[in-house]
Amino acid sequence: MTEFTPVSALIGGTLIGLGATMLMWFLGRIAGISGIVSGAAFPQSFSDWSWRAAFLIGMIVAPSLYAVFMGHLPDVTLSSDLLKTVVAGLIVGVGVTFGAGCASGHGVCGIARVSPRSIVATATFMAVALVTVFVTRHVVGA
Amino acid sequence: MPIIAALFAGVIFGLGITVSGMINPAKVLNFFDVAGTWDPSLALVMAAALITTAIGYRLVFARGTPLVEPRFLVPTRKDVDAQLLLGSAIYGLGWGLIGYCPGGVVPALGLGRIEPFVFVAALVGGMGLARLLSRLRTTSQPA
Repeated sequence: MTEFTPVSALIGGTLIGLGATMLMWFLGRIAGISGIVSGAAFPQSFSDWSWRAAFLIGMIVAPSLYAVFMGHLPDVTLSSDLLKTVVAGLIVGVGVTFGAGCASGHGVCGIARVSPRSIVATATFMAVALVTVFVTRHVVGA
Repeated sequence: MPIIAALFAGVIFGLGITVSGMINPAKVLNFFDVAGTWDPSLALVMAAALITTAIGYRLVFARGTPLVEPRFLVPTRKDVDAQLLLGSAIYGLGWGLIGYCPGGVVPALGLGRIEPFVFVAALVGGMGLARLLSRLRTTSQPA
């Protein structure tokens, strides 16, 4: 159970949009996290790797900065099932590579550019995630 | 200079994921659980992020070039093909199983917990597997 948090959702979403805008303004790049991770993990050149690594490091320190202001780390509930975590990670890795993006690259940056590919991709992965959660929570797990 | 700019943008983006609650996979899964413990927060996160990015991109593209690079690197493809649909469907399956997406799990690495590292290792493994598969396919079927 998590609570509906409209105010922090809107503030956080605006910050995500600002971060995406900044990356385009500074470096002319899409803030698609799957693409940035992929390019960091399988580097083509040092200059292409270094900005990706810097962006990812910035993302990783963000919860600590949040804790400085708020006095605590954000509340999270993580699955302790590591086998499921590995299986889901492999599936997401294959999916975002063939699908050329994830919730940030397609769902935010792509739709903001009114890219037809991103609109179709986002509708597809949101629909499949919805069905997956329904099946795992109400059909198989019920 | 590009490194500092990227770091700064990453901090703001990561703060957005953290503040919005999207760092918490349980909140993501509850968004998809419309028949159960529904939490609509993700819809507002995406709406706010989309509106901000759409306005921001308009202003930035109007400048002609980025600040520290010679040009914008933006995808130009418009065709919807089977690979895009199938890949997105596979991603949706994994996302719905665990609630981590790449954008949500990277800041979660900064929480000091082991689970996000396990997911990211598998995520990179999956990316490597997909790259290998597409390389095999292109070498076995030219054109």
